[in-house]
Amino acid sequence: MAGSTRVCGMSEVLAAAQAGLWRRAGRRLASARGTRLALTVLILIALLAVIGPWFSPWAFDQLDWQHLAVPPGHVAAHWLGTDRLGRDLFVRTLYGVRLSLLISVLASLVSLVIGVAWGAVAGFAGGRTDEWMMRFVDVLYSLPYLFIVIILTTLFQRGSIGVLLIAIGAVGWLTTARIVRGETLALKRREFIEAARATGLTPAAILGRHIVPNLLGPVAVYATLTIPQMIIFESFLSFLGLGVQEPHASLGNLINVGAQEMQSAPWMLLVPALFLVTLLVCLNLLGDGLRDALDPRER
Amino acid sequence: MLRYALRRLGGLIPTLLVIVTVSFCIVRLAPGGPFDQEQTLTPAVRANLDHLYGLDQPLAAQYLHYLGGLLHGDFGPSLSQRDFTVTELIGQGLPVSITVGLLAILLALVIGIPAGIAAATWRNQGADHGLTLFAALAVALPSFVTGPLFALVFGLALHWLPVAGWERGAPRYLVLPVLTLALPVAAYLARLTRASLLEVLRSPWIRSARARGLGGTRVLWRHALRPALLPAVSYLGPALAYVVTGSLVVETVFGLPGTGRYLVQGAIDRDYPLVMGMIVVYGALLLLFNLIADLLYGWLDPRVRHE
Repeated sequence: MAGSTRVCGMSEVLAAAQAGLWRRAGRRLASARGTRLALTVLILIALLAVIGPWFSPWAFDQLDWQHLAVPPGHVAAHWLGTDRLGRDLFVRTLYGVRLSLLISVLASLVSLVIGVAWGAVAGFAGGRTDEWMMRFVDVLYSLPYLFIVIILTTLFQRGSIGVLLIAIGAVGWLTTARIVRGETLALKRREFIEAARATGLTPAAILGRHIVPNLLGPVAVYATLTIPQMIIFESFLSFLGLGVQEPHASLGNLINVGAQEMQSAPWMLLVPALFLVTLLVCLNLLGDGLRDALDPRER
Repeated sequence: MLRYALRRLGGLIPTLLVIVTVSFCIVRLAPGGPFDQEQTLTPAVRANLDHLYGLDQPLAAQYLHYLGGLLHGDFGPSLSQRDFTVTELIGQGLPVSITVGLLAILLALVIGIPAGIAAATWRNQGADHGLTLFAALAVALPSFVTGPLFALVFGLALHWLPVAGWERGAPRYLVLPVLTLALPVAAYLARLTRASLLEVLRSPWIRSARARGLGGTRVLWRHALRPALLPAVSYLGPALAYVVTGSLVVETVFGLPGTGRYLVQGAIDRDYPLVMGMIVVYGALLLLFNLIADLLYGWLDPRVRHE
């Protein structure tokens, strides 16, 4: 029993050290001006995407036959203009932002869950299991993965958001699995895992209660960095006409239509492009800031 | 070294086989068939069509037949453009795609690496800050945003360059597609080179070279540059993968007659041989390029000399 109280004491010390790490990281994060600005803009855009459409009298698929392809600022009701069918671009773009954010966050979660499970099991099991599981990841890495995603989304129900999510998440987990496996290998040699094993916990319980919770820090950082990639992914597929379908709006298919109409209605390209660019730049800045804040070498 | 390269080349064959098998399964498991669009087909005609293309045979037999064809370099007939074989279709488009892709990678190397070196040399000065900011922006922007914007600005507004088209590869028509593809790769290369050069310049052997009295330029070119280029070299594989997928977008935006359109259109039409052919060709290209990057890495870094 003495052993287990000592283990408790140690894990408290560890927890305190970790809290210190996070607090320091938070302070560094808050002191970086660029990161703070990026976070503010991101929150503003997200808020705008959620509540903005309510302030406009138009629905995202509502046609206004009086105002076809009106540039921004010409008609009071359409703040950012309309498209060729007279649909309000402000509302459509914000719907697109909403959908892009939703899909990318969900896809990141999907890839996170698969990646953590796969990597933790491989790293913890070790030996031949580890070898085969990671070889599988290597083989998947060598596939032209975007091709596979394109084919998956095309062949199975084009435009279904569920298929889109699975396809994007299914290729996103490979890097997570590698990172998690590496962390697990380091973790499983630590004393508290040995102690847990000595107290008779089953491997599954050790994985669930001691390994996975300790992995969440590095994984959370990596997840922030994957969100912009997922946004690009989703927009890319929608741009090619394989993702979100009309009349629904995503930033990708808005840009696609805008690119076709740019000769006569350049704002149809510029409005969604501006939102996408801002979103991506801010997310990247935030991710870089997070990584710098948590990277001890930068201290 | 040569023997090692040959062994690695042989090692690509099982991977390629996995790619072929996995994509064959995915393509064939999907619902629908290549002749669903043609409503006027009578059952007899349809059965004949299926028989002609071997689609009435068991999947395993079709798979073996496809593999046998691949060994002879035969990708089979196209099911949607029936006057052509897949080999002909890809053969027509591939030179266009490869020209644009390789030019983009070359341009990215020529711009990105010197820019990174310059930024590291004049660290924390105006040029460095400007470059870092520009690179952050260029890396963040996907080609389906920059492509149309370039066409809008340089084509429609300024009339400097044609908005779209190919005209048998006339340089004027190449500028915008190549630039669109190269920009993010160049920016990423610049960032990588800057970061790794700064790290190398802090290392002990550079300090000892300086202590021996070598000047800054000589230290940079003779001692620091080669190890500093390693991350850029290992990025070449992913860069090609980026250019390949980016070419799907760029070829759509600028109306180039490359192979990009075959993948999406082929998948929509359920043109099995065409989709498979695209995957096999591009999969092999990616594997080959990764291998070249690996070998180059070994050549540049004596610590990982392959035996």
